[in-house]
Amino acid sequence: MNTDWLSKQSLSRALLYVTLLIGAGFFLAPLYVMVVTSLKDADEIRQHSLVSLPNAINLDAWGLAWEAACTGAQCSGLKPFFWNSIWMTIPAVLISTIWGALNGYVLSLWKFRGSETLFAFLLFGVFMPFQVVLLPMSQVLGWMGLSSSIAGLILVHLLAGLPSTTLFFRNYYAAVPKDLLNAARMDGAGFWMIFLRIIVPMSTPIVMVTLIWQFTQIWNDFLFGVAFSGADSKPITVGLNNLANTTSSVKAYNVDMAAALIAGLPTMLVYVVAGRYFVRGLTAGAVKG
Amino acid sequence: MQKHRLEALIPKLVVAPSLLLGFAFIYGFMIWNGVLSVTASRMLPNYEFVGLAQYAKLWEMDRWWVALKNLAIFGIGYVGGAMALGVFLAVLLDQKVRAEGFIRTVYLYPMALSFVVTGTAWKWLLNPSMGIEKLMHDWGWESFTFGWLVDSDMAIYCVVIAGVWQSAGFAMALFLAGLRGIDDSIIKAAQIDGASLPRIYWRIILPALRPVFFSTLMVLSHLAIKSFDLIMALTSGGPGYATDVPATFMYAMSFTRGQIGLGAASATMMLATVAALVVPYLYSELRSKKHEH
Repeated sequence: MNTDWLSKQSLSRALLYVTLLIGAGFFLAPLYVMVVTSLKDADEIRQHSLVSLPNAINLDAWGLAWEAACTGAQCSGLKPFFWNSIWMTIPAVLISTIWGALNGYVLSLWKFRGSETLFAFLLFGVFMPFQVVLLPMSQVLGWMGLSSSIAGLILVHLLAGLPSTTLFFRNYYAAVPKDLLNAARMDGAGFWMIFLRIIVPMSTPIVMVTLIWQFTQIWNDFLFGVAFSGADSKPITVGLNNLANTTSSVKAYNVDMAAALIAGLPTMLVYVVAGRYFVRGLTAGAVKG
Repeated sequence: MQKHRLEALIPKLVVAPSLLLGFAFIYGFMIWNGVLSVTASRMLPNYEFVGLAQYAKLWEMDRWWVALKNLAIFGIGYVGGAMALGVFLAVLLDQKVRAEGFIRTVYLYPMALSFVVTGTAWKWLLNPSMGIEKLMHDWGWESFTFGWLVDSDMAIYCVVIAGVWQSAGFAMALFLAGLRGIDDSIIKAAQIDGASLPRIYWRIILPALRPVFFSTLMVLSHLAIKSFDLIMALTSGGPGYATDVPATFMYAMSFTRGQIGLGAASATMMLATVAALVVPYLYSELRSKKHEH
């Protein structure tokens, strides 16, 4: 009786692990295929199976994807797009995080009449379909002389990211005990003193969450990139899309896969190094208020 | 006294610029887009009022109906698929599994990728002659064919597959967080009463996760309505416009077809859909939070 129960127990454990591994296989298979395809040459891709290991580590496709593959009429690989994305992402992430911290600080610890309502209205910006802002924004960017420029893209990302960054910080600071704040005020500390001496030092986790969230959002953005960039300011997602959809006589799948990996590498790296902050950002985005 | 009044103003002065810009961006542009949608704008915006003519035209267009039908298929498949797979994996992972952290990381990594990367990868995997089809042939299943990506009727399901692959881990993470929040003592009590584990999950734990189901549904649905990148990278809306969704429709009308008025009208329709979904949700979330305090 007892041994019977045990074997049933271990059978279901085995089944559990097998199912979990199949799940892992489902998520990892595309990445595996991307990596092995990027290391093969065209003949190998045609002659061997999709999942076979490459005969040798061949980085030609990576070289082409980085600096020679054609994206439309231009044939300089993803390199220029990669740098555009870097110059767009860094300032946009830093400024929107600082903005979010200040807004969150005020909206949680220095509430004034109507501030809750303002926050509720700002929150809709997290969900709003950005298609609504595309046409007006492109006109405003034109008036400001920022059409097709990296500066214009930075501005758009700052505005688009503001609701999320404010939400993150506001929810985090809402847990700060009011007594702490009152005691500091009794001691004569003002708005900035409390922020810099008390609030900022306790903000490391939420700063990490926000930086990573914004980095992932902005690096991965395609909509604003394709709508507002010009020849010299296209971000890497647009570069990748152009590269993979350029119609040439022979489709170089190995180059496409190498390019996709190059575009995905920065965010993957951040995810592997600081995954738990990334997950917290994702779950914070779902649980509002 | 003077100093105090200044002190009281500082918080407002600090948030004023960003909130003003933020509201201009959200609500100002929303109204502006609404205005464009009742004008005759084509290549360039103009402000000749035409009433609801653009909306009438929109609802008469076959392409718009195709986009809506695709959104329905994609929305149901993507949200339903990601949630089903997500809750399934979360329940499995909740069984005190070894190496849980590692497995979770593997399930969730696609969420860190751009939809453009996902689309490019799946375009290769689902390629009718080179991808999975060739793999099956190489493995000896000669008669296997998989041409969905170039089939007008089936291509949208390729978008569903890639979308579920990308987002199932996200749903899993939300459900797992919910499962971890459930009081163990309820489960222990049920176990003592002799209830089996599947029964406990079905009757007690999953019903207790209702709020998590609801917020996951909200987040995934609004992502579905906004989805643009995945379709552009995987099918570019093709074959023809067979996989168009409202977001790609809006982009095509506004930026490549020179139909700004129509584009604005379709954007307004998208906004209305998201608002109908999200505003009651946000309202109830904010209200319930207020009652807790």
